[in-house]
Amino acid sequence: MQLEYSIEGGDFSHAGFASSQVKRVLKQLNVDPKLIKRVVVCLYEAEVNVVAHAYSGIIHVLINTNEIVMKLVDKGPGIPDISLAMQKGYSTASDKVREMGFGAGMGLPNIQHNADDFKISSNVGEGTNLEITIKL
Amino acid sequence: MTVDDVVKTLNLKVFCGEEGLSRQVENGYTSDLLSDVMGHADAGSIWITLQSHINIMAVASLKELAGIVLVKGNKPDEDTIRQSNIEGIPILGTDLEAFEISGRLYQLIRGA
Repeated sequence: MQLEYSIEGGDFSHAGFASSQVKRVLKQLNVDPKLIKRVVVCLYEAEVNVVAHAYSGIIHVLINTNEIVMKLVDKGPGIPDISLAMQKGYSTASDKVREMGFGAGMGLPNIQHNADDFKISSNVGEGTNLEITIKL
Repeated sequence: MTVDDVVKTLNLKVFCGEEGLSRQVENGYTSDLLSDVMGHADAGSIWITLQSHINIMAVASLKELAGIVLVKGNKPDEDTIRQSNIEGIPILGTDLEAFEISGRLYQLIRGA
């Protein structure tokens, strides 16, 4: 099964929409609730990152019998130093985003912690790609 | 213990999401960082925070929290109220600060 969602940069009122849709589908498919929790944490954090940092993005979610693969492709400023971005507590979020309780530098580490496999690549001035895999 | 029991014992205001007052309360979590709550709060928790914007509902719903308590007299935004009613996850309020209400909730859940 393949699902696709689009995200608009800066649109915090819809952040989490894709995560809640995917959660609903996985519940209907009777996926183990512990795995659903991990999927939801990963996807929500990735969604918020696109909203907070990029101009727009597309989420592809592929659900098959042995894994769930979430791909997020955004158009945005990109990440100059991925190893820095992966550090807990490091964030380039704006003050406005921080005031909302985001931008604490916990998103990418949260994803890495919950994913079985996590790939991130980025081109400065173009955008960032994430591939998050959770094994069923 | 239900959310309603917590409301009555701790004298909390109910802003919205009344349908969820019968939810079971298993635990509590105090934080104003949404990623922290996403990463660490347990399902069935009451979340204590000063954040009042709509994204708290996304987090509460995804994490299946029992309810949210806004501290220091904070009130939920209008779109937050709407979403709370849709999700049936109550938003509660207190004039107390996070330290004080967390202590009282802890005593209520873990104390006896």
